[in-house]
Amino acid sequence: MAEDKIIKRREFIHTGVRFALGISLAGIGVAAARKTTAEKWVWQIDPAKCTQCGRCATDCVKSPSAVKCIHAYEVCGYCDLCGGYFKPGVKKMETGGENHLCPTAAIQRKFIEEPYFEYVIIEELCIGCAKCVKGCSSFGNGSLHLQIRHNLCDNCNECAIARVCPSDAISRVPASQPYIIKGDFHGGTKA
Amino acid sequence: MKNIGHKIVFLSFFVLILVQANAQRFPKPEFESGYEQPSPTTPEPRSNALEYLDVLILFASLSLASWLVIKRRSRRGVLWLSIFTLLYFGFYREGCICSVGSIQNITLALFDPVYKISITVLIFFLLPLVFALFFGRTFCAGACPLGAIQDILVFRPVSIPVWVRKALGFIPYLYLGLAVLYAATGTDFIICRYDPFVGFFRMDGPYTMIIIGIALLLLGLFFARPYCRVFCPYGVLLNWMSRFSKYHMTITPAECISCKLCEPSCPFDAIEIPVSEKVRTQKVLRQNLKRFSLYALLIPVWMFIGGYAVSSSHVLLSKAHQDVYLSELLIAHPELKSDTKNLDIKAFLESGKTFDELVANASLIRAKFKSGGWFLGGFLGLVIGIMIMNQFVFRTKTIYEPHKGDCFSCGRCMDYCPVVKLK
Ligand code: SF4
Ligand code: SF4
Ligand code: SF4
Ligand code: SF4
Ligand code: SF4
Repeated sequence: MAEDKIIKRREFIHTGVRFALGISLAGIGVAAARKTTAEKWVWQIDPAKCTQCGRCATDCVKSPSAVKCIHAYEVCGYCDLCGGYFKPGVKKMETGGENHLCPTAAIQRKFIEEPYFEYVIIEELCIGCAKCVKGCSSFGNGSLHLQIRHNLCDNCNECAIARVCPSDAISRVPASQPYIIKGDFHGGTKA
Repeated sequence: MKNIGHKIVFLSFFVLILVQANAQRFPKPEFESGYEQPSPTTPEPRSNALEYLDVLILFASLSLASWLVIKRRSRRGVLWLSIFTLLYFGFYREGCICSVGSIQNITLALFDPVYKISITVLIFFLLPLVFALFFGRTFCAGACPLGAIQDILVFRPVSIPVWVRKALGFIPYLYLGLAVLYAATGTDFIICRYDPFVGFFRMDGPYTMIIIGIALLLLGLFFARPYCRVFCPYGVLLNWMSRFSKYHMTITPAECISCKLCEPSCPFDAIEIPVSEKVRTQKVLRQNLKRFSLYALLIPVWMFIGGYAVSSSHVLLSKAHQDVYLSELLIAHPELKSDTKNLDIKAFLESGKTFDELVANASLIRAKFKSGGWFLGGFLGLVIGIMIMNQFVFRTKTIYEPHKGDCFSCGRCMDYCPVVKLK
């Protein structure tokens, strides 16, 4: 009978501890619930903060990086001498490979009308190195800038680039507004 | 120091003016040829509805795992379920987000006033723990992709001596503590960064982690589930929930007849063998009680030593934080302040923050590490104290049972039991 008593007592303690653990879980839940949203969060680059360090190309867990250059046409000057397209100090504005600033020739130049040219990023080629972004913001309007492309990004729990970005330019944004694009960009086409 | 601050303020002003000028450098052309300006494309992220579907699937796999192992008693079912989990949460969802890593999101949400989490993350954190409180670690059995990838590679498990297991058992507590400290101070998510298997799920990743992952899987052929047993920080929480679980699985469907057949069946050494009568003499019991109380009294001492030790290493621990690292670097090598080759320094100069601000922020973070160190050290001291104290606990055990904390509820042992349940 003494054994019985011991077992009963142990069961009683177990139930007590179980309740205590359950209550602590509920406590954590309630405390954290105040910081929760029904919405999902995704990582994005703030182009105003980015200093074009080049780590976006090298530190993403994906290879090639989920960061690509995008073109905010709204802000573009359609310059003939594009600081993002040509290497600084080119003699003639010829589209030969040796004049390209982009290491992968991912920028396409198209004549529109005198004296304007359109620049289009070929996303499959872009590696997100920000060289063109640097050129464009130093010599042009800064219409080329980097964005995390959500069709490519794995939405890591902690973005590996955000951790090393020297400018703290990467943070989480609500998934309903997943891009920070320069100019007054609203929505746009969806790919 | 003031002077430099001024210079930086001036410099940042200059940069600001430049940036402002940027926007108007070339006006937007007015096209005459009817050219229509395109818009940048914005591919949507994975839809929110799918995240809720993930929660649903997690709930379903937890329920199924619990039912399979406790009611159906089917090892085969659990195996198939873990293959599904490996494919879905592992290879398809690419390992993110998982319950193990969610510890950090919850911690950061509790400590950082602006950090927000999605409700799905909170559910991912809580659900497996609630299940463990009722049914044991069925999450580990069938719903954790990290567990699944290791479990299917258990080949020829060897038994590990108790003292080695006990000593290694301390590491998950340390890992958990560090993960919480680093998350709470907003430094890093170490669980995600050092996740050894996420690289396989994505077929991509830093090669050091891939190598560690391969090494762990190879080790796992003999030392079954090495990550679960030696590292997993979430396992600590599951372990404690499971110890007090209401309906934990049992090896035998009815009464244990102590036939010893199941003794070698558990690849994780989670089966507790009955304590022989000899050890349980009154004299030994009394002696143990004395030692037990002595060591119980020593626990506060352990906690103090731990707290003191960890807190005094706060300088070292806080180095992982970017701001602390940078300010230390600049204080030790002031000449670097003009080094534009160093990306971090360059970006800092361009950011327009002053050096004083950086140092102030760094010392704030360091102070957090100092106080956090007391908590972490105290916690680790408590763990060590209890581990030592527990050396002298002898449960009066007469049957073969899984250790409720360590058992992953994988169901292997059930097939070894010759007893059949009479209807
Ligand atoms: S890591 Fe940061 S600063 Fe560097 S390119 Fe990416 S967003 Fe810009
Ligand atoms: S220069 Fe770099 S960022 Fe710009 S388009 Fe080329 S690869 Fe992309
Ligand atoms: S969240 Fe991950 S995949 Fe996406 S950009 Fe950052 S590192 Fe790359
Ligand atoms: S111990 Fe950790 S990694 Fe292993 S199955 Fe359980 S939760 Fe997953
Ligand atoms: S169910 Fe538990 S005790 Fe049985 S083999 Fe699996 S881990 Fe070991």
